[in-house]
Amino acid sequence: MLTTFRIRRFNPEAESPQPYFQDYRLVTERSDTVLDALIRIRETVDESLTLRCSCRGAICGSCGMRINGHAALACKTKVASMAAPDETIHVEPMNNMPVIKDLVTDMAGFWEKIRQVQPWLQPAGPAPEGEYLAPPEAMNHLTGVMHCIMCGACVSDCAALEVNPDFVGPAALAKAYRFVADPRDGNSSSRLRELNDPGGMWDCTRCMECIEVCPKGVGAMDRIMALRAKGIEYGVPSTSGSRHTEAFADIIEQKGRLDEPMLAVRTFGLANLRQMFSFLPMILRALPRRKLPKSGPLFRPIPGIDRIRRLFQRAKEPR
Amino acid sequence: MKYAFFPGCVSKGGCPELYQSVKQVYPRLGIELEEMTTASCTGAGVLQEKDLRLGDILNAHTLALAEEQGLPIMTICSTCQGVMSQANHRLTTEPGYLDDINRVLAEEGLTYRGTTTVKHFVWILLEDVGEEKLRQAVKRPLTGLRAAPFYGCYIQRPSAALGFDEQPARAQSLETVITLLGAEVVDFPGKTRCCGMPLLTINEPGSLQMVAHHTSDAKEHGADVMVTPCPLCHLNLDGLQTKAAKQERRDIDLPILHLPQLLGLAMGLEPRALGLKRNLVPTTSVLEKLGVA
Repeated sequence: MLTTFRIRRFNPEAESPQPYFQDYRLVTERSDTVLDALIRIRETVDESLTLRCSCRGAICGSCGMRINGHAALACKTKVASMAAPDETIHVEPMNNMPVIKDLVTDMAGFWEKIRQVQPWLQPAGPAPEGEYLAPPEAMNHLTGVMHCIMCGACVSDCAALEVNPDFVGPAALAKAYRFVADPRDGNSSSRLRELNDPGGMWDCTRCMECIEVCPKGVGAMDRIMALRAKGIEYGVPSTSGSRHTEAFADIIEQKGRLDEPMLAVRTFGLANLRQMFSFLPMILRALPRRKLPKSGPLFRPIPGIDRIRRLFQRAKEPR
Repeated sequence: MKYAFFPGCVSKGGCPELYQSVKQVYPRLGIELEEMTTASCTGAGVLQEKDLRLGDILNAHTLALAEEQGLPIMTICSTCQGVMSQANHRLTTEPGYLDDINRVLAEEGLTYRGTTTVKHFVWILLEDVGEEKLRQAVKRPLTGLRAAPFYGCYIQRPSAALGFDEQPARAQSLETVITLLGAEVVDFPGKTRCCGMPLLTINEPGSLQMVAHHTSDAKEHGADVMVTPCPLCHLNLDGLQTKAAKQERRDIDLPILHLPQLLGLAMGLEPRALGLKRNLVPTTSVLEKLGVA
């Protein structure tokens, strides 16, 4: 079939370097991956097209790029799955990192953030005679996260990173979880305290882009949620993120549904009165529209709240 | 077409016009609803940050109540839909998990067998009401109106839990409905991105940046209006649009409609009955464009 590849190009050595799109029309086979097609373009049409790849088998994580708007491994993405015959496939470099040339991005920032979470085992106490042992059932849940090949797809499509480049990001947080939840690691408490800082585990916006684009099923956002749960369990200092979670759970236990004004008050707390007051113009516009929800004693629990409260209690009991 | 109706907290809280408008449109589509008054909040992905299993227990309770009624669940919130879909997916695919949760429910005399389906209103429109009936319900086609879809993360991802493999048309459901109502779809890159709502408490400037970016991007692509199936997105995109515009020093003023509001307009219903005066960004420009102001 004939496919058009609309590729975002960038040459830093051009006279006035500006990104631009260039179209290449190519006959592709059913079995072709996007990487096969790109290599063919480079070898037969335009040798200046620059891309990075190595294993061609979704193992090395080198060929991360955005295909039709989402990050993916070019070697794992079939042309036929991305476009019907005569349709156009958009190929761009990964987002949230600087472009070196064409489809090649600079991963230095990615690696720096991975190093930031100290991705190595830090056992406590004296070293054992032999190896550090852990029962399989304590490690099984970590196999998914260990599949990470550091391709950067999750980082590329992370919505929180787009508005906060200091956010440590999904790949590093998934890696952090891998050690926090490892029974052989003795440093979980201090790891969690560091992850509790601004730019850490509470800065994820829960958009699930990282889960969707990961070629290896790491489920980074699920690991970030698990880190937050561990943080609360370990009693890390409260943040507006953790207060929001704790208040949310309390309100549902008491009322069965959400008392929104109460959630806001308990999240921002007295320490953030200024931020709370900044929402006043919105509240004043909501009032005449009868949009301000009831709160506190005026907000009645749902019928059958006793059952919901019992379910909360039972969830705390050992299984 | 009868459903156990799960309205969600926000349609009864910060976005009452959503509840109001869905009540106006559903009877005209041959839908019957029985509201689930004893079901709890889904946890919205927030409670799950503290205790995922507790969230699954609460949602299994809701799913079991619907199963007892012999009804599928209808949601009107992307977040409720996604959180319940994910819980249902875990309960029905992870070996032994349903038994674990059922041991907790058993003390309430309940069991969940794993048979309840949960569907957002936008999916029901296409899969159950059907295009033919929907077309017939349109009394005032939205001709000339340019509408940008905005989905909300939870109704797009993770696709494995949302039945996209079995029902691939779900990924484009808003565009399909907008077209059936006679309006023109304004496609823009932000339609499946995050509205910024979950970031609001920890990074308000970032959250508002997302609001300003998506709304102005849709507008630059020619949108007269944005339509969303998620009241949480609506809280941010409508409720905080003025604040976001101020922060980013832009004029935006893009009306954000709940899906049933847009549907109601196409059905010829009165704007007041659909709660259109309750949206914080004025919707007058939409009504003028349709000649109903």
